[in-house]
Amino acid sequence: MYRARQFASKHARGYEIAYNLSSPVILSTLKFIKRFTKSRLDIPFTWVEKLLKGFLFDCQMCGNCILSSTGMTCPMNCPKTLRNGPCGGVLENGNCEVNNEMRCVWVSAWEGSKKMKNNTAIQEIQFAIDHENRGKSAWIRLINS
Amino acid sequence: MEESLKINPEFVYHPGNPLPEKEGHVSCGRFERVLRAGDFAVTTELAPPDSADRTEVFHRASMFNQVVDAINATDGSGANCHMSSVVVCALLSHIGYSPILQISCRDKNRIAIQGDILGAAALGVGNVLALTGDDVSAGDQPEAKRVFDLDSISLLKTITKMRDESILLSGRKLTKPPKMFAGSTINPFVPPIDSRVIQLKKKIDAGAEFIQTQYCFDLPMMNEFMSQAVDMGLTERAFILPGVGTLASANTARWLKKNVPGVHIPDSIIKRLDGADDQQKEGRKICTEFMQQVKEIDGVSGVHIMAYKQEQHVAKMVKDSGVLGDRKPWAPKNEY
Repeated sequence: MYRARQFASKHARGYEIAYNLSSPVILSTLKFIKRFTKSRLDIPFTWVEKLLKGFLFDCQMCGNCILSSTGMTCPMNCPKTLRNGPCGGVLENGNCEVNNEMRCVWVSAWEGSKKMKNNTAIQEIQFAIDHENRGKSAWIRLINS
Repeated sequence: MEESLKINPEFVYHPGNPLPEKEGHVSCGRFERVLRAGDFAVTTELAPPDSADRTEVFHRASMFNQVVDAINATDGSGANCHMSSVVVCALLSHIGYSPILQISCRDKNRIAIQGDILGAAALGVGNVLALTGDDVSAGDQPEAKRVFDLDSISLLKTITKMRDESILLSGRKLTKPPKMFAGSTINPFVPPIDSRVIQLKKKIDAGAEFIQTQYCFDLPMMNEFMSQAVDMGLTERAFILPGVGTLASANTARWLKKNVPGVHIPDSIIKRLDGADDQQKEGRKICTEFMQQVKEIDGVSGVHIMAYKQEQHVAKMVKDSGVLGDRKPWAPKNEY
């Protein structure tokens, strides 16, 4: 949701703490459950991830999640789906050149990352995504790897 | 052989050879030589024609003879289609010019882009500018599908991977790598302004060896950006060429400011144009002055001139500015 996404960027430090605390718990729980269910519950897991991250971050389920490197702002909401933004067309008020009513995703990303403890992650070069992962769960991929 | 099946001599070129390889140079092109020799370089943009006639390309390029070191062939600039930039570069390099191949990520996926890079290198093109590109909604065919498989930084990584490791992104080996001098763009005039210099560092880390900026109409902002770039050591790693442009009138400036994303024009410039008798001439005077002013900034290696619909005035502006000094850039001997 757009407003929730803006909230996430404004409170990126809080989200970073929440993520650092919760993600080991979520991942080890999922790993444990998967030992019994194998791949049978993958689809429902993916659904939960989509609903949760979709609401909190406007997650587009690209399957190549880099939220903590983009100030807790999902870069797939950028019309150009930039992974190393911003582009040179940002409006003077900080809004998107394609969708003028929307704040530039990467302006929010750079602002959000400044608030985080790991504020240099955004300086890492992100290569273009693997489109084969679209729609797949990032959590399950983390467990499987 | 039957007469009608013989090759028409008019279609056979004698392609110009790129320069021989040189130590410390990644390409065999003239543009890199000029920059690495420490000379103040001048580049400009050629708008590819809306035509299937190659002589229009030669005619447009001839306007820049002896005043520019390299010519950018734009790739669907403003999301409007024109003759392919790969082909424009090939045509120019065949008669000896130093073209800069602009690749926009809007229209092609990574498979097509790698193919274009190999093809352009095979035809002697030695320079490439990696751009993300304007969105389809900016042009006259907003109904088109946008691609954006790569962005400018992924594209820079792709180019350097192909050139330095001699492989495609898939890992397949290349028999001969494309020897290209890679560059990108930066726009330090729009938000997030304080993060733009870090983004510049990112681009240089990804492989950009030269940078052309968006229109500079605000000298204090340019000064601030360049001093940050010098402090971070970025000007030792890449050649920065600020962009300058011509404004046809105060109304054009107002229109650009309102309708073209990324263009920042201070009110003082618009006021100056309003007050002039001949606004077009004043616009060119402003461009010439900016050329001289950016040359004085520490860390600047050249200037990139974008004279939309006023290409015929570029030669005079460069001469009037005096930025080239006594140096006379290469040009083909015969006019095309």
